[in-house]
Amino acid sequence: MLDALMKIFGKKEQSGKIAHDRLKVVLIHDRANISPDVMDNLKNDIIKVISNYMEINQKDMEISLANDDDSVALVANIPVNNMKHDKG
Amino acid sequence: MSEIYVITSGKGGVGKTTTTANLGMGLAMRGKKVVLVDTDTGLRNLDLLLGLENRIMYDLIDVTEGRVPYKKALVRHKKYETLFLLPTSQVKDKMAVNPEQLVKLCDELRKEFDYIIIDCPAGIEQGFKTAIAAADTALVVTMPEISAVRDADKIIGELGRADKENIKLIVNRIRPNMVESGDMLNMDDINDILSLDCIGQVPDDIKVVTSTNKGEPCITLEDSQAGQAYRNIVARMMGEDVPFMEFHKDGWWKRLKHIFKR
Repeated sequence: MLDALMKIFGKKEQSGKIAHDRLKVVLIHDRANISPDVMDNLKNDIIKVISNYMEINQKDMEISLANDDDSVALVANIPVNNMKHDKG
Repeated sequence: MSEIYVITSGKGGVGKTTTTANLGMGLAMRGKKVVLVDTDTGLRNLDLLLGLENRIMYDLIDVTEGRVPYKKALVRHKKYETLFLLPTSQVKDKMAVNPEQLVKLCDELRKEFDYIIIDCPAGIEQGFKTAIAAADTALVVTMPEISAVRDADKIIGELGRADKENIKLIVNRIRPNMVESGDMLNMDDINDILSLDCIGQVPDDIKVVTSTNKGEPCITLEDSQAGQAYRNIVARMMGEDVPFMEFHKDGWWKRLKHIFKR
């Protein structure tokens, strides 16, 4: 009974908005599929920047893109061997 | 100074060939010398949309494989004499032309034409890569529909990887009544997702179907809304600043009739 009333008086969610929301999420995932080449370049650039400040273990470092339900994160695990002293 | 456009979409059936036919004819109506190059080898249709299917002697493959000079393969339009079609083969497949061959051909065409418009096949495989190779500008055709927008996004990514920087969007088959009631993606939604310069918004129009049946693109029809939208795109391609049109929506009386018809 309540359902029927809700159907008559309630505002149904607009399907255009549903499409928009679904697209936003699916495209985050689509666009995150970047090529291994790009990933390698990214990794090398990160190593370059971090090496200015600390000595890192390049062999054991890991960089990857992690998918969540509605977001994508760049996850980096970079073991630090030693800090560089500020030459200031 | 000639310009090379490629009309592409990723998804099939969103109106690439219809767009190519209309824009080409529109530019010819404005006095420009235009050649339309069909690269949808094996699935050729541009000839049908222009009403030129009975005039084809040679095709794109004959030209790229060096059997005839391109001038022999061109088909001149019956009514608009500055419009030419370079049809493709209906028997070969999309591997029959490679990007270098198309670039070389377009370099020759540039000497003679103001506008070269390449109709791209659906998909992101070899045929797509060949079609976009020579283009200065890519026009991405999409529809306010979830799968068409996703595929457009993919295509935009591929165009970026191919170093194509000049990319513009055409949103085809908009149904104003559905947009108004919130049941169709609107232009703000599409801009938010694709963030691309829009060069055209074309409403769904039964005249597109009837004019296709006759082989006469609807851009020639004064009373066609889609025709007007295409004329606006042509003006923008020629550098004119034209505002986006307001679509006629069905009035309350027509909508009431619709409800009772159901």
